[in-house]
Amino acid sequence: MRPIEIVTQALELIAALAVAPLFLGWINQCRAWLQNRRAPSLWLPYRGLRKLFHKDAVVAETASPIFRLAPYIVFGAMVVAAAIIPSMGTRLPFTVAADAIALVGLLATARVFLSLAAMDIGTAFGTLGARREMMLGFLAEPALLMVIFVASLISATTALPAITENLATQALGLYPSLAFTGVAFTLVLLAENARIPIDNPATHLELTMIHEAMVLEYSARHLALMEWAAALKLFNYACIGFALFVPWGVSTGAGSPLSLAASIPLLAVKLTVAGAALALIETLSAKVRVFRAPEFLATAFLFAVLGLLVHLLLGG
Amino acid sequence: MAGIAFDLQLLNLCASLLLLLSFAMLAQRRIVTLVNLLATQGVLLFVATLLLAWRTGEHHLYLSAFLTLALKVVFLPWLLHRLIRRLEVYWDTEPLLNISGTMLTGVLVVVFAFGLAQPISALANTATRNAIGIAVAVVLLSFVTMITRRKAMSQVVGFLSMENGLFFGAMSATYGMPMIVEFGVALDVLVAVLVLGIFFFQIREQFDSLDLHHLESLREREPDAGRQVRPFEEN
Repeated sequence: MRPIEIVTQALELIAALAVAPLFLGWINQCRAWLQNRRAPSLWLPYRGLRKLFHKDAVVAETASPIFRLAPYIVFGAMVVAAAIIPSMGTRLPFTVAADAIALVGLLATARVFLSLAAMDIGTAFGTLGARREMMLGFLAEPALLMVIFVASLISATTALPAITENLATQALGLYPSLAFTGVAFTLVLLAENARIPIDNPATHLELTMIHEAMVLEYSARHLALMEWAAALKLFNYACIGFALFVPWGVSTGAGSPLSLAASIPLLAVKLTVAGAALALIETLSAKVRVFRAPEFLATAFLFAVLGLLVHLLLGG
Repeated sequence: MAGIAFDLQLLNLCASLLLLLSFAMLAQRRIVTLVNLLATQGVLLFVATLLLAWRTGEHHLYLSAFLTLALKVVFLPWLLHRLIRRLEVYWDTEPLLNISGTMLTGVLVVVFAFGLAQPISALANTATRNAIGIAVAVVLLSFVTMITRRKAMSQVVGFLSMENGLFFGAMSATYGMPMIVEFGVALDVLVAVLVLGIFFFQIREQFDSLDLHHLESLREREPDAGRQVRPFEEN
């Protein structure tokens, strides 16, 4: 383990933790602009987190230890996921521990604990949110796995940094399979992060909410961790997307300090563009009924499977 | 993929988009959009044929490319749009299977088609032999479209899309059919659509709708609506 690898790993973790709320703030700002509203401050998510960390936590009487533990487990899972995803460099000491499939499992663990905590109190809303989340999860996960399989087939490995390295260093080509899976991944990203066609992150409208229904019972530091974890999840998904579909600019090979330094502004540019694109998609699309969500995710799965089949047939 | 020539990559992209459009047609219930999708399929075929003609230097492919453009991108969609306006059919009824079910069936059909095309691809010696599987898939998906629809209009669109798939298959397996066959097929399709257009009016005259389920009962109905034409009694 060379010092540069440790530096890369540490930088990635710090960047993920620090930038995730900013990324969320940037998306909210773009959305506000596109909807002709006055945009909230970019720093609003940070202020929200600080406010929540300074409050005293209130926990329901019926809460079991799972309810208290869940925020730490969910947050921890998201931090580990951030450590695995190559957003700046491909030589990460952490990635030996888990490949892309384990990463999907990590995200699933977070989902399970979030849902368990939501059902723990026994309120109707929590249960409703948890059930919907599990329904979405079991539809979105196969699609995400298919997306990863296509990239793995192209690179002949399931290790995410190796995939990124392979895609970033080979000659530029038109991959119909990657184009299909890119669309599938975008759909999964929207569904998994409670974005607009599936869930609206900005409302507390009872009948339609999914993610907000699950964290309804949390307060203070627990809620702060949950919200930070949600922001981290969005950041992680964006970085998985970069790793698979726009891997250029990541420090590859043995990794030099110069390429690592160059990858930081590039990551910033990618995040800026991706945030604006997400805001645009959310503004242009209407929220679908919950019963239509399976259709939405079936489309994602279809795109991913088509990508896989086209890859197998056309050999690209 | 990166090792393949760029025009072949473009051809592969066209083939994949054709497959995608077939799925879009499978899911689409608005007939106007269905016809637009068919026209887009025609555009992709035109581009693919041009690319192939440029790549192989076969002059008759240019001719068939422009035949595709004239017939499948301009004339037939125009004719179908006119028919839609005059018959006032804008929506198909709910398909027999729900959308997700149809899509998953479609995926299975594609797997089957790819398996089916494997030996054919192994025999062909064209640069585009990999795309034969996609052509077979487009043909079978158009079949599924025709099976799951009830309105005569969407069935005709499915039929035309099937012809597109056959054309693409011939193109990728043997660089196109002989010119005389191609002209013959084009003429057949043209005449078929014209005849079916007249047929639509007859069906609607008889049953007051374009739902082909009415055609399944062979028993003659009572002349309830008074619209039923009875050839034997009239004579």
